[in-house]
Amino acid sequence: MIRLECVSKRYPGGSEALSELNLTIEKGEMVFLTGHSGAGKSTLLKLLALIERPTRGQVIVNGQNTAKVSRRRIPAYRRKIGMAFQDHKLLLDRTVFDNVALPLVIAGMGRRETARRVRAAIDQVGLLSKEKLLPMALSTGEQQRVGIARAVVTKPDLLIADEPTGNLDPDLSLEIMNLFYRFNEVGVTLLIASHDIELIRRMGRRRIVLHEGRLQADSEAGGQLHGTI
Amino acid sequence: MARSKNPRGGKIGIPGRMLGYLLRHLQNLLGALGGLWRQPLASLMTVSVIGIALSMPAGLHLMVENGRALSGGWESTLEWSVYLRPGVSESRAQTLANELQRRPGIEKVTVITADQALEEFRIGSGFGEALELLTDNPLPNVLVVQPSADAESAGQTTQLADELKKLGDVDLVQLDTAWVNRFHAILDTVRRAVALASAVLALGVLLIVGNTIRLDILNRRQEIEVAKLVGASDAFIRRPFLYHGLLYGIGGGILAIALVQLIGFLLKEPVSRVAGLYGSDYRLLSLALDEAGLLLLAGAALGWLGSWIAASRHLRDMDPEF
Ligand SMILES: Nc1ncnc2c1ncn2[C@@H]1O[C@H](COP(=O)(O)OP(=O)(O)OP(=O)(O)O)[C@@H](O)[C@H]1O
Ligand SMILES: [Mg+2]
Repeated sequence: MIRLECVSKRYPGGSEALSELNLTIEKGEMVFLTGHSGAGKSTLLKLLALIERPTRGQVIVNGQNTAKVSRRRIPAYRRKIGMAFQDHKLLLDRTVFDNVALPLVIAGMGRRETARRVRAAIDQVGLLSKEKLLPMALSTGEQQRVGIARAVVTKPDLLIADEPTGNLDPDLSLEIMNLFYRFNEVGVTLLIASHDIELIRRMGRRRIVLHEGRLQADSEAGGQLHGTI
Repeated sequence: MARSKNPRGGKIGIPGRMLGYLLRHLQNLLGALGGLWRQPLASLMTVSVIGIALSMPAGLHLMVENGRALSGGWESTLEWSVYLRPGVSESRAQTLANELQRRPGIEKVTVITADQALEEFRIGSGFGEALELLTDNPLPNVLVVQPSADAESAGQTTQLADELKKLGDVDLVQLDTAWVNRFHAILDTVRRAVALASAVLALGVLLIVGNTIRLDILNRRQEIEVAKLVGASDAFIRRPFLYHGLLYGIGGGILAIALVQLIGFLLKEPVSRVAGLYGSDYRLLSLALDEAGLLLLAGAALGWLGSWIAASRHLRDMDPEF
């Protein structure tokens, strides 16, 4: 699903955020990305979302070399990837329903099908009773769930999330993780960047550790993980 | 590729898709209207500035048109130059002038003798020295005949000219159009100036709309970035802004038409009074239907174009972050 071949990323005027990174994530995997602050987790996700381009190396997503995705094709590319963020990035002047509907409206889907899918997605995150509320009327955990509903409403094969539990207490974090777990069970590939080592360990899935832009440990690649996380 | 594989419910026929397309545009248009309504003062200001800017070339154009219509009425208020045959003497010219003077329908007859004409030509043409070489004066004597106002209003001037042509000593009768030509030349220049002013003002309208849309875009930066994150194309994001620009332009066009008509209405009384003093029933022209339509169209086009330029410039470098 995701393959990085010797990927380096240097921001203009900065040091290398990623250095010669090699990584493969298979279809249907659920992978946690961790590492200290500034290790390059967000940078890696931005490369996948085509918000940034690698300085060197290849990023292949779903069999497609992202270097070949032209600027004009980026929107179509992004529509096939679900994204969730720490600050949920909801539109504060639109209802829960309208927020979740946004990707479908953009894709030009008909009204009825949109409504059906939006309700299904909101139901999946357990907020069906609040579809008419504005985001400000929701708790932080609920806002995060709306963001996730928006990420999955297009039924993407790949979902990437940057610190989706960053602002949440342990109980809410676990709730969100369970949500991801369920998506994974129906075949969605997930890559989740997180600081919450305790929680990640409890999830019992593949863990990748970045350190200063390099792959420090990978729970699938052997036992080096021990002691690092 | 996303288009063919995007998550549509199922196959929709071409007519259905067209309908959907039209519906979406209509939604956008209504959305844009709602957006303008939510900030009435700012929208009204923009529309006013555009309206005033558009009304200026329209008003100037109308002025020129009025000038042309007015000069059309002057073609008959003219003098005739009556060229006498070569060899007809100065004294004969004087007698003829006196005779004509007594005829009904003639206001005034002036004699320009051949000598006077040559002197004028010598001074005016710059051929002075060359003319010294001439032994004979090749120019004829000329009578300048001014028809009376009565004959003019009765439309008898052409008949009068025919009569003059039939006189034995007359060689040629010519309508003196020099000053009319001059007037037309001036009108032409003014017309060109109006065209230039229109271009400058059109540029102004583009900038006004562009700037308004730019501010609008910057205000909604967060929304735009989110839309881009979830896969909105530049065209999709641009659409509501284009409708805003279009509505600004149309509003400005309507206002410009109203302004020009208002000014025309206010000037109607005084103009017809002045015209009355000159014995004319001249009536001020107002915007014709096609001119008003053109003004509206110009407003709409400029609004659309201005917002398109602004949106294209500013949406492009508004990249999302997380
Ligand atoms: N837009 C940018 N311009 C310049 N440097 C950047 C930019 N974004 C990130 N960096 C640098 O790249 C490195 C990696 O940043 P990144 O955001 O990927 O880290 P992270 O692992 O997500 O950290 P955190 O856990 O704090 O979110 C950091 O040193 C950061 O300063
Ligand atoms: Mg980060």
